[in-house]
Amino acid sequence: MTIHSLDPRVNRAEIDGEAKIGHLDEFDYWQTYEVFVQIKRGTHHSHVGSVHAPDPEMAILFAKEQYTRRGVCVNLWVVKTSDIFTTEYNDSDIFETTPEKYHRDPESYKVMDRIKAYKEKHNSQS
Amino acid sequence: MYGNAYIENDGKQTNSMFADEDPIKLAEFEARIAAGEKIEPQDWMPKEYRKQLIRMIEQHAHSEIIGALPEGTWITRAPGFRRKLALMAKVQDEVGHAQLLYSACETLGKSREQMVNDLIDGKSKYSNVFNYPAVTWADSAVIAWLIDAGAIVNQIANSKGSYGPYCRALERICAEESFHLKYGHDNVVFLATGTPIQRQMVQEALTRWWPPIMHFFGPSDKISVHTETLMKWKVKMASNDDMRQQFLNMYVPKIWDLGLVIPDPNLKKNEATGKWDYTEPDWEVFKQVINGNGPCNAERLAVRRMAEEKGRWVRRAILSKEKKYVAPLA
Repeated sequence: MTIHSLDPRVNRAEIDGEAKIGHLDEFDYWQTYEVFVQIKRGTHHSHVGSVHAPDPEMAILFAKEQYTRRGVCVNLWVVKTSDIFTTEYNDSDIFETTPEKYHRDPESYKVMDRIKAYKEKHNSQS
Repeated sequence: MYGNAYIENDGKQTNSMFADEDPIKLAEFEARIAAGEKIEPQDWMPKEYRKQLIRMIEQHAHSEIIGALPEGTWITRAPGFRRKLALMAKVQDEVGHAQLLYSACETLGKSREQMVNDLIDGKSKYSNVFNYPAVTWADSAVIAWLIDAGAIVNQIANSKGSYGPYCRALERICAEESFHLKYGHDNVVFLATGTPIQRQMVQEALTRWWPPIMHFFGPSDKISVHTETLMKWKVKMASNDDMRQQFLNMYVPKIWDLGLVIPDPNLKKNEATGKWDYTEPDWEVFKQVINGNGPCNAERLAVRRMAEEKGRWVRRAILSKEKKYVAPLA
């Protein structure tokens, strides 16, 4: 039965309402690429999501449509998802280290007291 | 913009939803959610959590695709170049939102091809409102204003849910949608403050769309299935009735401001409870439409099937030789 619609374009297409089509096969939508956007020169590229594409050039094209429709972007990267090597959330203890990190803190290097004491000692001798 | 997936739990009792799960892992999972942390794709999660999220995100994605059809109808006949440009941009956004949501759903283990197959076969659902026609230009204005408004109420709630990829997609979607709502409001106001014929047109569209809008948030809490666990897991963030109340609170005054009549004589704010009283929507009609018997169900799926079929050769022509699909990372 042909579909009757309020939309003249649908009527012109004369679509059979009962028609069946074959299923999509796996990989018909290709692979996924992860997308990284740089919003301004001088800033880092940030991950914004993914796209499906058959090759890197198409991935760039789709990423541009999908992630830069609004506002600014000066540069795009796409990386095949399968090429990304990640850590596991389960292994997050690998990031644990000693909580005492005063040695990384500029505030923990106090030399003025020693300099003051040194000066006082020498001034009193002279 | 169209997210309002309905939770179904197959009539299972809440406690049987995770009866066979590892109690230690389940406790860790629930503690993480209670602490306000997000769940990421690689994390352990209960089977029921994964299943409900797949169903919900997939429905949401399909709704974006199908929802573009009644609005897209009006692109060629939009009154004036500026509205035509805006409507094209909006429809492109909706299709883009479907892509974001399909990707979020893929991280849970359902491939995009399977989702498209299930939509075309009529196995997967999408938002019920898109089974109604946009009869006049005023209908497209009412959709852009009030259906987007309803979806934003829902999506803002869900963006605070527990599944990382879905939250990130929703944040981007909500940001893009702020213009949709303004554009829709602008169109409705233009008609409502225009000639008597324009006013009549927008009133008729509102009258047509009010019942689907009331259906939009899903069945009343009194008759909908038990969702306690899903709320604890932050899959569902607010009850159907709560979201309906929030929508009424925000938009009924704006509709009345324009002197338009909402076709429900019982609609009024109850001063004692602070909530809106309204005539209970006909949930039998809702069920009929969602199960395929609405005015446009057949057309929507037929058009989607045709688009899929006619686009197929293009995708095949650029098919990559490499067959190594990996689900998106995050």
